[in-house]
Amino acid sequence: MTEAKFILEVDTLNKSYGDNTILKGVSLTLEEGEIKVLIGPSGGGKSTLLQCINCLVAPDSGTISMHGKEINLKNKKDLYQLRQRVGMIFQEFNLFDHLTALDNVTIALRKVRRMDKGAANKRAMFELEQVGLGDKIELYPAQLSGGQKQRVAIARALAMDPEVLLLDEPTSALDPELVGEVISVIKALAAKGMTMIMATHQISLIAGLARNVLFMENGIIQEQGSPKELLGAGKKTRTQGFCDRLSDLDGEGS
Amino acid sequence: MPPSLTVIVDSFPYLIQGAFFTAGIVVCAMLFGLLLGVCIAVGIVYGPWPVRFVLNLYLWIFRGVPVLVLLFLFYFGLFTYLGLNFSAFVSVAIVLGLTTAAYQANIFKGAMLSLPIGQFRAASSLGMSDVQAIKSIVLPQILRISIPAWSNEYSIILKDSALAFVIGAPEIMARTQFVASRTYQHLPLYITAGIIYFVLTWIGVRLLFKLEKRVRIPGYSDNGANS
Repeated sequence: MTEAKFILEVDTLNKSYGDNTILKGVSLTLEEGEIKVLIGPSGGGKSTLLQCINCLVAPDSGTISMHGKEINLKNKKDLYQLRQRVGMIFQEFNLFDHLTALDNVTIALRKVRRMDKGAANKRAMFELEQVGLGDKIELYPAQLSGGQKQRVAIARALAMDPEVLLLDEPTSALDPELVGEVISVIKALAAKGMTMIMATHQISLIAGLARNVLFMENGIIQEQGSPKELLGAGKKTRTQGFCDRLSDLDGEGS
Repeated sequence: MPPSLTVIVDSFPYLIQGAFFTAGIVVCAMLFGLLLGVCIAVGIVYGPWPVRFVLNLYLWIFRGVPVLVLLFLFYFGLFTYLGLNFSAFVSVAIVLGLTTAAYQANIFKGAMLSLPIGQFRAASSLGMSDVQAIKSIVLPQILRISIPAWSNEYSIILKDSALAFVIGAPEIMARTQFVASRTYQHLPLYITAGIIYFVLTWIGVRLLFKLEKRVRIPGYSDNGANS
């Protein structure tokens, strides 16, 4: 049916809470190394879509396939497998407060991957050095700045060797002066060919990174295309209008 | 030496034996309650509704009936009915353990609900099963948060253990009453009993406070660290 051209395929996801429909038949595909950026107003379904993709929120209907193979979302084992292959970065970092930066990264390696402590520590050290935190490994989350916390969270996700990374507004909870350090880590990931879907309001990330921009509103992907198609000069798209409003708020101009 | 002092000096070793008996009951009951309480809290917070229903019923019963009634109910009623020939020590430890489990469950439940849901989500997103997330992420944190409330519960159960004297357990209260009824030195003897309870409370609360300080997560507020 489908050749395994796509690393990830999401087909007609639906999700509602009571009468409130959040996702209305959302579909998307992701090729290896592709970066898609999700934008759109708050409450438009971006977060829910990302959380449905690795089933932190169970979709009401729809399918998720990796490499052309559909994941049985009812099967807990398949679900845990899927989540190991799809990493997630949260807006609020969600570090484990009782563990050092190092142990935040090693815990899943040890409990899920069953790695021994030495090997897990070595791997965690490598990932933390990659995000520039090699000297902070013994600190606890409460002793780190927001930008450092988010970088630990990225190291934690990468240590599991995910094939796809989902980023849910990774810079939205950060002070403006800390946004840069996280963005440069994300850009380095992109340069290494990481496959990503990222929800963001950061216009610099949209223009600089995305191969595809998805504009989401009212639970539907309203527009999609390359940044040029949607945001090029003189385009009268809704995406363009939305980004203009964002720029006005940020005072960035465009 | 006045007779009141003589009585205390003479009976002190006998009363101290009661203190060990009391301490034994309380330690057993608290640990039993800890184990059961954690299980109940996990069931109530993460379990499906039938499990939640049954566990909530348990909480209502054990928080709604006086310990003395439960003690009689189990010791003279249920255990006899079931043909279980438990000693006074075991019986009291079980009843106090079942009771404190209900209160402890509520302590742990509150701590679990105060934990940001995001940490559980993050654990899931790394491929951890629910059981792994509860064991590695939730429990280490909520047990830390619960120590001050748990220390309260210890001091309450310690004093509730005095009720054991009504079924003839040779604990502090029973022994004091025994000596008092023979020597008529009620005042000095009950003062001594009170002091023994006070000291046991103080020791336990102090130890738990040391534990609290020792396992405190670095970077959090140190307010109250020296109280």
